[in-house]
Amino acid sequence: MKVAYWPGCVSRGFTPELHGSMAKVAPLLDIELVELDRGSCCGAGVIAEHNQELADTLNARTFALAQQVDGAELMMNICSTCQGAQSECQERLDANAEYRSQVNSTLAGEGLSYERGLTNKNFLWLLVEEIGLERLRAQVKQPLTNLKVGPFYGCYIVRPRNRLGIDEEHPRDHYLEMLIEALGGTVIKYAGMRKCCGFPIITMNKEASLKQAGRHLGDAADADADCLVTPCPLCHLNLDLQQPLAERAVGRELRMPVLHLPQLVGLALGLAPSELGMSRHVVRPSSVIDWSAAVVAAAA
Amino acid sequence: MAETRERPPEPFTLRLRRYDPSSGEAPYWDEHTVELEPHRSVLEAILQARDRFDGSIGIRCSCRQAICGSCGVRINGEPALACHTHLDEAKGSARGGVIEVEPMGNMPVLKDLIVDMDAVHWKKIRRVTPWLLPKQPVPEREYLVPREAMVDVTQTMACIQCGACVSDCLSMEVDPGFIGPAALAKSYRFVGDPRDDEQYTRLNDLAQDPQGIFDCTHCFKCVEACPKDVNPMGQIMRQRRIATSDHHIKDPNNGKRHEAAFTSLVRDNGLLWEAELLPRSYGGNSWWGKFAPAAGKELLSSLPAIVKALLRRKVTPGAALKPHRIPPADRKSVQSIYDTIEGREKRVELNLYIVGEDEDVASAAKEATDGATATVGAPSAADTATGPEETAAPEPAGESDGGGEQ
Repeated sequence: MKVAYWPGCVSRGFTPELHGSMAKVAPLLDIELVELDRGSCCGAGVIAEHNQELADTLNARTFALAQQVDGAELMMNICSTCQGAQSECQERLDANAEYRSQVNSTLAGEGLSYERGLTNKNFLWLLVEEIGLERLRAQVKQPLTNLKVGPFYGCYIVRPRNRLGIDEEHPRDHYLEMLIEALGGTVIKYAGMRKCCGFPIITMNKEASLKQAGRHLGDAADADADCLVTPCPLCHLNLDLQQPLAERAVGRELRMPVLHLPQLVGLALGLAPSELGMSRHVVRPSSVIDWSAAVVAAAA
Repeated sequence: MAETRERPPEPFTLRLRRYDPSSGEAPYWDEHTVELEPHRSVLEAILQARDRFDGSIGIRCSCRQAICGSCGVRINGEPALACHTHLDEAKGSARGGVIEVEPMGNMPVLKDLIVDMDAVHWKKIRRVTPWLLPKQPVPEREYLVPREAMVDVTQTMACIQCGACVSDCLSMEVDPGFIGPAALAKSYRFVGDPRDDEQYTRLNDLAQDPQGIFDCTHCFKCVEACPKDVNPMGQIMRQRRIATSDHHIKDPNNGKRHEAAFTSLVRDNGLLWEAELLPRSYGGNSWWGKFAPAAGKELLSSLPAIVKALLRRKVTPGAALKPHRIPPADRKSVQSIYDTIEGREKRVELNLYIVGEDEDVASAAKEATDGATATVGAPSAADTATGPEETAAPEPAGESDGGGEQ
């Protein structure tokens, strides 16, 4: 399937391994990525905090670019924060024709216009809803047997439920568990799996921010997880990049590897940890690399 | 409804969290099975258990119709009013069919399901000066408030002080001093009221406080927890917006600097330049920000993470020193959007709580393909917020008499 692909900023900045692993995994799943390289930052809620119309217009521009991609079935993102921030803007744009036309008049100079009703799905939602877990299961080359994976959703992809379309038919707040199981792994449940990583207040209240990250990592370690997996690169920054500082904030050693979603999928599809950029993490995913080496050795 | 009333009583098992701090004993779980019609509330089940099996079960309640806010608890781990949760619904979300009821979080337990609202919730409410400070001299005749403005603050006036948002607040979980969602929503009730004369003072106070408006971690927990659609986080975000964009309030918490740095980096590059965002948030919004003492201090304290990131080639010096950008023509388009919107005399905001959504949105959502983005026509649209500024909207849909304080 062909998708208008929105990678976001952080996947091309401080988490290049996310963008890289998505590019490796997509062809294995027959996903054709048409990158929206002209789109701008979603604003992560911060631009909306400054000026709501500005955030809505910048995202409407990205949506309009996505709607211009010939033959694309939908827009796909790989960042929960983009999903949340863009969904909020889209909610306003779709709800009111007068407002939408005002926003479109700002875009008119560039010849762009956003038409209501774009479908914008995070890679996680696309995996479950478009590709389907059955099909995915059939494509698994290296089942994640005995790998104990803790899901870490973060906030923007699970709340608010109404806006994100979470209901009985679409239990999107359980997709990570369903996916880990489909890939053959063991799901580790722990207290912080749907809590906040603390990233949004890292510059405002660093101690509270790092305590949040540290507690969830500690809970996952206590539940005996080998690693976490997250669909959000901003969560990844607080949980991985900041983990040495989070350890100090909570006064304990954590050493919890955190994988990006496409990395976990890539492993199960038979890619090696090195191909998926795992050497670039601050917390070296030794448990995952050892697991992968053992599986490859056993198969040889 | 008539149909549900005809359903006969059936057994429901409650698992109650019991704790008496004066006993010196640890908290424990206590199970009771009651017989009630499925449409009855969890509160009725608790009261039946108390009447029939154990008179010592502690629960606070009064109106039993979701108005007084007394019976806030956690049902199956989620915040709820016990009187506003049907037994069949609670059983449906329960593990193994047993309905778990616990006291609210972030507040000390007085006994069983009763928490100390005075120690946390009410103390924080008092912190935000929860009364009107009118313009002087007070007009002799009634003060007529524009309808939109009244509907707008009505959203925060809908709060029944149940504490569900306080219970679930993830910032308070690690930082109990955070003023918190309920009190900050209450604050907007006066910040957004055109009759109040102290908007600047109120916002300045909450911006300077290290545990004020900038201590919210944007997790949407309070939005989900609220049984009355008050949208506390949205009220916090709009107070940040009015404080920084309208009053240009500077604060010691990097709130204004962070927002300014983020917004201008996206203006310049189209994308966020993370390596520049952090030092500017601490040191000031310019290329020189990183050389300010506050930025240097932050850099030093983050060294363990920075060194590891460099060693692992997660961050390369080249990538850190050079922004990633969109093509020049697109940067120009983005900048022109900034110019147009920031050049407006008044910020334009669409508050769906006031205007509602277009009538065809809900039906369009139904027609949309399976799983099409949920944002299309989401039924509850009250999350967005506006200040009392101009809205781009047609006639307000809400009800208000346009004049009075309630």
